[in-house]
Amino acid sequence: MDLLHVENLIKDYVSPDGEVQRVLEIANFNLAAGEQVAIRGSSGSGKTTFLHIVAGILAADRGSVRFDGEEIVALNESQRDQYRARELGYVFQSFHLLGAYSALENVIFGGAFGSGGDPALAEELLVTLGLEHRLKHRPHQLSIGQQQRVALARALAGRPRMVLADEPTGNLDPTAAVEALELLRGLCRNQGAALLLVSHDPTVLGAFDRQEDFAVLNQAVAGVTP
Amino acid sequence: MKRLRALILIVRRSLREHALSTAVTVVSAALASGLVMAVFAVAAQSRAAFAGGPVGFDAVLGARGSATQLVLNTVFHLETSPGNIPWSLYKEVSEDRTVELAIPYAVGDNYRGLRIVGTTPEIFTKFEYVEGRKFEFVGYGEPFDGDLRQAVVGSEAARISGLKRGDVFQPSHGVSVSGNAQNPDGNGVQHDERYVVTGVLKPTNSPSDRVIWIPIEGIFRMGGHVLRGTGENFEAQAGAVIPDEHKEVSAVMLKFKSPIHGRRMEDLINRQGKVATLAWPIANVVAQLFERLGWVNRILELVAYLVVLVAGGGLLSSIYNTMNERRREFAILRALGARRRTVFSAIVLEAMTISVLGSLLGYLVYGVIMGVAAAIIRERTGVVLDTFEWHPALVQTPLAMLAVGAIAGIFPARKAYATDVASTLSRNL
Repeated sequence: MDLLHVENLIKDYVSPDGEVQRVLEIANFNLAAGEQVAIRGSSGSGKTTFLHIVAGILAADRGSVRFDGEEIVALNESQRDQYRARELGYVFQSFHLLGAYSALENVIFGGAFGSGGDPALAEELLVTLGLEHRLKHRPHQLSIGQQQRVALARALAGRPRMVLADEPTGNLDPTAAVEALELLRGLCRNQGAALLLVSHDPTVLGAFDRQEDFAVLNQAVAGVTP
Repeated sequence: MKRLRALILIVRRSLREHALSTAVTVVSAALASGLVMAVFAVAAQSRAAFAGGPVGFDAVLGARGSATQLVLNTVFHLETSPGNIPWSLYKEVSEDRTVELAIPYAVGDNYRGLRIVGTTPEIFTKFEYVEGRKFEFVGYGEPFDGDLRQAVVGSEAARISGLKRGDVFQPSHGVSVSGNAQNPDGNGVQHDERYVVTGVLKPTNSPSDRVIWIPIEGIFRMGGHVLRGTGENFEAQAGAVIPDEHKEVSAVMLKFKSPIHGRRMEDLINRQGKVATLAWPIANVVAQLFERLGWVNRILELVAYLVVLVAGGGLLSSIYNTMNERRREFAILRALGARRRTVFSAIVLEAMTISVLGSLLGYLVYGVIMGVAAAIIRERTGVVLDTFEWHPALVQTPLAMLAVGAIAGIFPARKAYATDVASTLSRNL
């Protein structure tokens, strides 16, 4: 059974002058439990919007997004928050670490609002990622690579069943990017979490057995308008 | 539990990140809280001390005029005497079958601003300032001899003047030190007579503590004192007996055998008579005074409430001003699964935490204000306020501050609540 099943998903934006612009139209997309999929796409193609809808950050206009059989589109905002806290980990391109908090506290927040995480797991993840001496450091005291690893640990701190990664290596040099990707994939494998990653980096994409082209997946980008 | 820990972490970190504005807001909340508690406590304790405190007498008989001035002058040893009444009136009431105790007072002199009251030794032997409690002496102190130039010093008067048993002092004319030698009333002029202190009284926490007691005969015979008991001027001569018809007193303190007898005497003195005033019952006279002065208290309360309002506004703006910089933080927390109400609660909790810290510090402010107010009131009146005495405001004010904090927190919390996650995160890529 699919962990994630997206069907006839549509998202429109209304511009300030009232023009309706369709940014997302996905007929069908599936992700199995524990599966790792990379989506290839250029900037502005709607990848982030897609991930936001899957994460419940944005509401879809039409269509269906089912997670483990539960219809996400039908949930209200509070229920989507709960779903996100309980089931998902999210790695942002610019990491979005909280500057006022230590590395450990950032990771603890990753599991603070769901049911899976705990401070011990947060520390364990950071130790696994080689940051045992940086637990109390704030993000600005860490290198870019270390910040990336804190972001990875945070995404896994709630023991999610699915991790969404939006250009997770976009700010890293090629060597660090490969290393970060391996860490992310390894952590997901260890926890049994599925991974849905979007990127435009061929090196990153090449590491995945299954790749999807977002330009094909998203019919709105392909020129279909409402 | 995890969510509560996360909430506490958010609040703690924000307070630390904005340490300066947090400190300023906490201090202003503390000042507001302390001020409100002090205003209510001082008002309540003052009223209790003046209107319901130990007096020991039921009524004051004095010159025709204001009962309030009579009470202020004789019970609280404030203000000037409204005038004198003839000795014969004192003798008359002291022999009245309904009167248990009648003690004459004669005022008009001071020592370093401390009031000297001429009276009879009965003030130490018969008068009970609280039921069952008479004035007590420190160490080997003893009452003065009514025929000698001796004095007994109240505890507060002894502390201020430094007088102790065996010391000698010279009274000055006037009930205060405000006058000088050029004053037509002779205020401030030192008398030649020297008085020996026979004892210092233990504290009673009443205005009597500020008094220096001497024999009433001493007042009659003080150099320069003119007696007008019969209407004609009379100056006492050394060694010669003063005829009763020349004697006069400032007031007579009365205790009735039963409080109900006051009504009969009030009728005799105030309605049928024309030469004197009976202030009865004393507690009512003081209560009426407090009622007349109630507006002062109400203004003080109003000011205190305004200070609370200002503190609440300060709290609101200090948190509200951080909202823009924290919008990204809220968006990230929301993306991690925090619900809108979680970030809303975090802000309200932050405001309430500041209120709680302010209220706790407010007890210190309250203690300082009470300490200063108590010292001033003790200095001026002899009445002692107790900082640790219970008053509902000590609990109600912190609770009210907590409510003000919560309300003040709602406005910035609404802003945090409304944070749009997707657009905020997109802007901060």
